Amino acid sequence: MSAVIEEHHDDHHDHKPTGIGRWLFSTNHKDIGTMYLWFSFTMLFVGGALALVIRAELFEPGLQFVEPEFFNQLTTLHGLIMVFGVIMPAFVGLANWMVPMMIGAPDMALPRMNNWSFWLLPGAFGLLISSLIMSLMGMGSAPNFGWTFYAPLSTTYGPDSTDFFIFSVHMMGISSIMGAINIIATIINMRAPGMTYMKMPIFVWTWFITAYLLIAVMPVLAGVVTMMLTDRNFGTSFFSAAGGGDPVLFQHVFWFFGHPEVYIMILPSFGIISQIVPTFSRKKIFGYSSMVYATSSIAFLSFIVWAHHMFTTGMPVQAELFFMYATMLIAVPTGVKVFNWVSTMWKGSLTFETPMLFAIAFIFLFTIGGFTGLMLSIVPADFQYHDTYFVVAHFHYVLVTGALYGIFAAVYFWIPKWTGNMYDEGLGKLHFWVSTISVNVLFFPMHFVGLAGMPRRIPDYNMQFAEFNAIASVGAFVFGFAQLILLYNVIKTIRGKNTVKATDQVWEGAEGLEWTLPSPAPFHSFTTPPTVK
Amino acid sequence: MSAAIRVASFLGLMLFSMQSWAEYQLDLRPGVTSFSQGAYGIHTLVMWICVVIGIIVFGAMIYSIIMHRKSRGAEAAKFDDNLTVEIVWTVVPFIILGFMAVPATKVLLAMEDVSNSDMSIKVTAYQWKWHYDYNVGENAQDISFFSNLSTPVEEIQNKATKNTNYLLEVDNKVVIPVNKKVRLLFTANDVIHAWWVPAFGVKKDAIPGYINESWVKTDKVGIYRGQCAELCGTNHGFMPIVVEVKSEADYAAWVDGQKQQAVAAAESSSKTWTKDELMDHGKAVYATNCVACHQAGGEGIPNVFPGLKGSAIAIGDVGKHIDVVVNGVSGTAMQAFGAQLNDADLAALVTYERNAWGNDTGDVVQPAAIKAAR
Repeated sequence: MSAVIEEHHDDHHDHKPTGIGRWLFSTNHKDIGTMYLWFSFTMLFVGGALALVIRAELFEPGLQFVEPEFFNQLTTLHGLIMVFGVIMPAFVGLANWMVPMMIGAPDMALPRMNNWSFWLLPGAFGLLISSLIMSLMGMGSAPNFGWTFYAPLSTTYGPDSTDFFIFSVHMMGISSIMGAINIIATIINMRAPGMTYMKMPIFVWTWFITAYLLIAVMPVLAGVVTMMLTDRNFGTSFFSAAGGGDPVLFQHVFWFFGHPEVYIMILPSFGIISQIVPTFSRKKIFGYSSMVYATSSIAFLSFIVWAHHMFTTGMPVQAELFFMYATMLIAVPTGVKVFNWVSTMWKGSLTFETPMLFAIAFIFLFTIGGFTGLMLSIVPADFQYHDTYFVVAHFHYVLVTGALYGIFAAVYFWIPKWTGNMYDEGLGKLHFWVSTISVNVLFFPMHFVGLAGMPRRIPDYNMQFAEFNAIASVGAFVFGFAQLILLYNVIKTIRGKNTVKATDQVWEGAEGLEWTLPSPAPFHSFTTPPTVK
Repeated sequence: MSAAIRVASFLGLMLFSMQSWAEYQLDLRPGVTSFSQGAYGIHTLVMWICVVIGIIVFGAMIYSIIMHRKSRGAEAAKFDDNLTVEIVWTVVPFIILGFMAVPATKVLLAMEDVSNSDMSIKVTAYQWKWHYDYNVGENAQDISFFSNLSTPVEEIQNKATKNTNYLLEVDNKVVIPVNKKVRLLFTANDVIHAWWVPAFGVKKDAIPGYINESWVKTDKVGIYRGQCAELCGTNHGFMPIVVEVKSEADYAAWVDGQKQQAVAAAESSSKTWTKDELMDHGKAVYATNCVACHQAGGEGIPNVFPGLKGSAIAIGDVGKHIDVVVNGVSGTAMQAFGAQLNDADLAALVTYERNAWGNDTGDVVQPAAIKAAR
């Protein structure tokens, strides 16, 4: 044990390894965080490109660009890449960068595992995306059963590449579980003296709870894909009615993973917003402890609402009522969070730098997604909304203008600390306004076509849905290309030419240990632990 | 580019005239059953509650954004907690949720009561069509048929003008009588599908190995259209549902007509056909049942669905060909059409496949050969 400490002592003073080895063998939380964030950014453009092909096809009725079979592959890969390749890795990247700095630690608790959990991801997505490349080359179909991969469409009727998909999901799951273990170990063991649990920044709290959710449900996902694997290749019949199995069992197991997964994709953004809003309001977060309790309540409720994704499967009416009431309850802690953010802004001294703009847009637009979520919980109405574009609108409001906007806000908020340079505020504001207008042009009309009766996951539609689909497609292309502004701004900030040097505190209202470090933050964050009063 | 013009004119209208909103469907429709009207009522209630909460919350935010900005000289207040306020905004939402839950529960309980139905229809979903069987439960009738998309391929491929009911039209509508409680039983033959007719407020998954139920009762005669709502494979977007609600007298006439057709179909399976007759009929059967996978020119979709043009089965042994069509190929999307089509249809189909697209085998398959192979 002491030998390890000796060895570690050697590279305390910013002796960065060089060359490709710095990245391949990295055990540094910042380098690994950077790799996670670049991986996520790359996948955002891949998944976004797939979405633009979808929106091009849906621009007008009739089949123009892709065949229905390929359309299904696009929707499937788009969903999987955005969920597992963009949102989740971006959050882990942010946790890697920020959690040690926010709790006063030198690095993550388990640096070698940190390396492995990142380097599994390129393999996992290489495997998944190779199926799409093979499909383009005419060598069989990529996964074509939607990101929810319901059996028996994905088992008995799945293409050969389903086995690629299964192993890819296994690798993503292992990566997520290791990331979560690392974050929990770091938070429990490596907080600076004096930083009690109820003094942790909210971002650390939300990630702490998220990490437990990950450990609880990723094995369930691994279980369900393993059952698929044996159904497909080893003669079992977990999900085949013909063999005594049950296709609905698949949905129960999947959504037992899937609903907590939804909160895994939003809780860290709640944390980010809870850091940003007080900073630019120059005021402490309102109701710190109620924020922590609300986050915990949401996490608990997430385990007992899964079947609200399955109201049309013919559950007993008692089960429908239970899942309806439990789902409605989520509105209470979520409401508390929104009210707390608004109260934090109330009588503050507000300024509107890009992170704050994204945070405010988050509160508005995530709340709209929350309202439609409440509507969807009402079973009789859900029978009309289920599997329509209304649902597509709902989850894009919570995932794009919710989760993704939280990530955008975080990047603008912390990039001066990461690089030592201020980003270009003008470009940041341009990115914000173009994105926010176009994202509403993209997703708001989907409410209308959904209510009017357009099912989701269809490559072609009746003319009554034409106008709003065309509008959504226009919004999609503007929103998609607007992200190049962010890419340019990030590269410009990293290169540091014609940029302003960031101060240590960066933002006037910033409070917390990360802002006591120099900008850019040193390679090893806190070599001697700070004391928190 | 007509769509671009439509969009431009639509945006223009939206800006200059609020009346244009009436032309576009923005909200749920109330529909024609107690179900759909109940769902519409609760939808409207919850939506307006959300709008009011939204106005209050967003109003406070906007006020704060305008009034509490540093550039106006606003100084940050020091408060960061208030237990009373926290309790109020935890308890009040509970009460509001109660106001939503009570009517929602009432509507749901009424929907789930399938007792005392006047007749039943068994709905079986296939990739990618619906089968309706009236021979179940009370007042059973010996009627059953498949319902396939009838939109011509040319319209889908933009080679012909799209008609009003584009993708929402079928060859055989399912017909029900007005003012009768019709129980619907749902199951599926292959993957999970979902039967959805918005005007009825009915959306139920059709799941292999399960029988789900729902019901329809309406006092409005008319034609109602819907679509499959659960991703079910390649042609998920191409399996619409069309229900015709007829008056009692018209319904009785339709039942008689269906029975006469069944007799005629039975006769056609016992006669001997000429090759031309078989080819004509076979082309129609192929267009309805086979074209989605094997494609109009018999070329299939490479690596997904095999082609028939020049294929070993379509130009090889007739017996093998009939076997594949009648019994399907297990573990693939190739269904057992013996259970779906009558002898005459199958004979015409096999004859067509063996002589179309340059498959010039010259073989003529008569209904009797199919009967013998079953």
